[in-house]
Amino acid sequence: MINKEDETAKVENKTTVTDNKIKLDSKIPKGPLAEKWSSYKAHQKLVNPANKRRLDIIVVGTGLAGASAAASLGELGFNVLNFCIQDSPRRAHSIAAQGGINAAKNYQNDGDSVYRLFYDTIKGGDYRAREANVYRLAEVSNNIIDQCVAQGVPFAREYGGLLDNRSFGGAQVSRTFYARGQTGQQLLLGAYSALSRAINKKQVKLYTRYEMVDLVIIDGRARGIIARNLVTGKLERFAAHAVVIASGGYGNTFFLSTNAMTSNGSAAWQCYKKGAYFANPCMAQIHPTCIPVHGEFQSKLTLMSESLRNDGRIWVPKKIEDARAIREGKLRPTEIKEEDRDYYLERRYPAFGNLVPRDVASRAAKERCDAGYGVGTTGLAVYLDFADAIKRLGKDVVEARYGNLFQMYEKIVDDNPYETPMMIYPAIHYTMGGIWVDYELMTSIPGLFAIGEANFSDHGANRLGASALMQGLADGYFVLPYTIQSYLADQITVPRFSTDSPEFAKAEKDIDARMERLMNIKGKHSVDHFHKKLGHIMWDLVGMGREAEGLKKAIEELKVLKKEFWANVRIPGEKSSLNVELDKALRLADFIEIGELMAHDALDREESCGGHFRLEHQTEEGEALRHDDKFSYVSCWEYQGEDKAPVMYKEPLDYEFIVRQQRNYKS
Amino acid sequence: MDKNINIKVRVWRQKGPKVKGNFETYELKDISQGSSFLEMMDILNEQLINEGKDPVVFDHDCREGICGMCSLYINGFPHGPDEDVTTCQLHMRKFNDGDTITVEPWRSAGFPIIRDLMVDRTAFDKIIQAGGYVSVNTGGVPDGNAIPIPKYAADEAMDAAACIGCGACVATCKNGSAMLFVSAKVSQLALLPQGKAERAKRAKAMVAKMDELGFGNCTNTGACEQECPKNISISHIARLNREFLKAKFKD
Repeated sequence: MINKEDETAKVENKTTVTDNKIKLDSKIPKGPLAEKWSSYKAHQKLVNPANKRRLDIIVVGTGLAGASAAASLGELGFNVLNFCIQDSPRRAHSIAAQGGINAAKNYQNDGDSVYRLFYDTIKGGDYRAREANVYRLAEVSNNIIDQCVAQGVPFAREYGGLLDNRSFGGAQVSRTFYARGQTGQQLLLGAYSALSRAINKKQVKLYTRYEMVDLVIIDGRARGIIARNLVTGKLERFAAHAVVIASGGYGNTFFLSTNAMTSNGSAAWQCYKKGAYFANPCMAQIHPTCIPVHGEFQSKLTLMSESLRNDGRIWVPKKIEDARAIREGKLRPTEIKEEDRDYYLERRYPAFGNLVPRDVASRAAKERCDAGYGVGTTGLAVYLDFADAIKRLGKDVVEARYGNLFQMYEKIVDDNPYETPMMIYPAIHYTMGGIWVDYELMTSIPGLFAIGEANFSDHGANRLGASALMQGLADGYFVLPYTIQSYLADQITVPRFSTDSPEFAKAEKDIDARMERLMNIKGKHSVDHFHKKLGHIMWDLVGMGREAEGLKKAIEELKVLKKEFWANVRIPGEKSSLNVELDKALRLADFIEIGELMAHDALDREESCGGHFRLEHQTEEGEALRHDDKFSYVSCWEYQGEDKAPVMYKEPLDYEFIVRQQRNYKS
Repeated sequence: MDKNINIKVRVWRQKGPKVKGNFETYELKDISQGSSFLEMMDILNEQLINEGKDPVVFDHDCREGICGMCSLYINGFPHGPDEDVTTCQLHMRKFNDGDTITVEPWRSAGFPIIRDLMVDRTAFDKIIQAGGYVSVNTGGVPDGNAIPIPKYAADEAMDAAACIGCGACVATCKNGSAMLFVSAKVSQLALLPQGKAERAKRAKAMVAKMDELGFGNCTNTGACEQECPKNISISHIARLNREFLKAKFKD
């Protein structure tokens, strides 16, 4: 291992960085970019139907990735055990995705192609994703639309009966398919219906209100999980030939995010602690259009779909005194004359205007608010105005496109967006980082796979709008069902496992001891009290603008917080019973550690790229400044033990097919 | 303008499915009317934890009105007194200073109580598993534009598909009927060409499962439509009845 002498090394509890490439085989197939996936499929190992029945697969999660994978694997004939943290798979947070799903159908004849979707996604991710993975994603995108239509997903249609499209950020074509403002809901219900059918056919066994709390490894391979039954509080053991993690992202590390209340990083974190590499943890997406924070008691943030930027125009007052008057309630936005408004995205990025990618739009909003032009009572908000769209299209058309979003906004804010501009502000929305996987979506632990938001693979440093749904379903329907067979083909002679083995017993004992320890603290403060503190540290120091000093401070503060949490948390109730506070405490213990790793990773990456913005590294115009010579790699962190600094390996991103450029959305 | 209010909440507490429950009343001070109803419940729980008591158990997840996990009967209405919202979207500005707010779980034979305000709605999953889908495997399907679907049909299917499976329709129905829920799925798939092949089988299987799981019959009171947070129309029940009858006549 080669130690890298740099800023990171000077931090106490220093992290080690190595260039050891041997440990990281991304298994990218050889050959031209456009032929890699077909060539892989043509030559991969498969499992014959009789053997599939003898192989068990655990799928943790029932969102777009988990449900589509469980259903597809079940249909193929594998014996699938599917775990759901909510009371029904239909509640998974994929349901809340609003805007749409990208696909390279080129139904609009506007110049789209698989290559263009690939290129936009790589560029949107600020050249920090793997070429081969992203190309495959673009390739299978079209199959997803066909699959969903066949399931009865009611996508929006033109009068002639054909599918309609809208535009999304970071693209110059209209390739986004949608079902009103609730595309995620309809796609998830499609996957849920396929899963329900597989359950009815006994191809999948579903466990609802169960949470994975540990991964069980036998002889170096993932062989099962320990799950907690959230109704009884009891720990249960499940064995399988392979384990698939589809548990989503870790955005709730920030406490306030657009994620659902139970969305958590614990399943992924247990895999990390058992040896799976965690890749690019600092890559978190801040979504530009969320309803602003209104007070200390706020429990979560609500997203307003990116699709609103198709017709809404973002602005703040041009004069600082107008902004002040608005904050003091002396002026209303509608009273500000056209020439006194600063449509700052249209001003700064003429080519893409209001449809710049999310990271760019978020930073631009922060820049205006930091400069004193923010609106709302807190000054941490900008306007998203539909007056022009209503004038141009009529209220009916705007209502047909965005009615449910406008209603949602009005219920929360008590203001009518048809008459007064909406107020929006950036919020944590998605994590591009996640468990490291190779081309086959297998992690660094044999037999352990990660799909959807839980893995790191396709979005680089920034995800484009309408691409999360695409990736989740691509992984679940069209990638994993192939690639998992390459691993399972070698497992056909392995008999079913007993859960009585010492490995299962130890895993269960460890998690039981952890729960016991939490229950016995009997401290002064609730779990939420600590989670809010974590959120403040993360948002202030590991949020939209990061710098070395702040990140070091964050690492120190997180250590203190971790100590405080383990000394002073109060969990009422009993350990082996329904206990919501204990559920939350287990997740928070992991979130604090995830926060620490995010800060370490952000400190190591001395460049700005996509959602990771280091204040020290920006162009004169305030745009993200990458350093391709030094940081064209995926950072892959390996756990070394409690209170030991993690080790980082680099997976180089050697671009064979495209030339990296400074991202330009101006011309 | 939002202000702070003092309220009392009368909450149903019940240790388990077979245990007798009762109302407990708690006082809450300085609740901002800008906070959501569930944020008020969070504040109540924080208060209970600080007092060394057990927090109130209730279901919730996305907190933006789409996952269908939150429930709650508030002052006699499922999802509370506001129109077209789920409980998580209900805000405290709908209440006044000094109000006593009564909070109960969904009460219906089909949804047994787990604890406090949390109920078991797996019956809904079982109904969907009985036939609420199009039988297609992954792969091998035609191009998305191969079959044009008239816009009005796609739109009406979408109206039905907007159901979030929260169960307010069952909770508010004096018969404890799940007809609105079942009809939304049957109607969505009957309207689309992809769902037509199995329409008869689907309607029969889903209705049979609904009956088997202890949901009551429909007597057209219309309460479900009134209380549905997603405005699912009872015209879908009419379509379900037609689908069901046509299927039965064929038998």
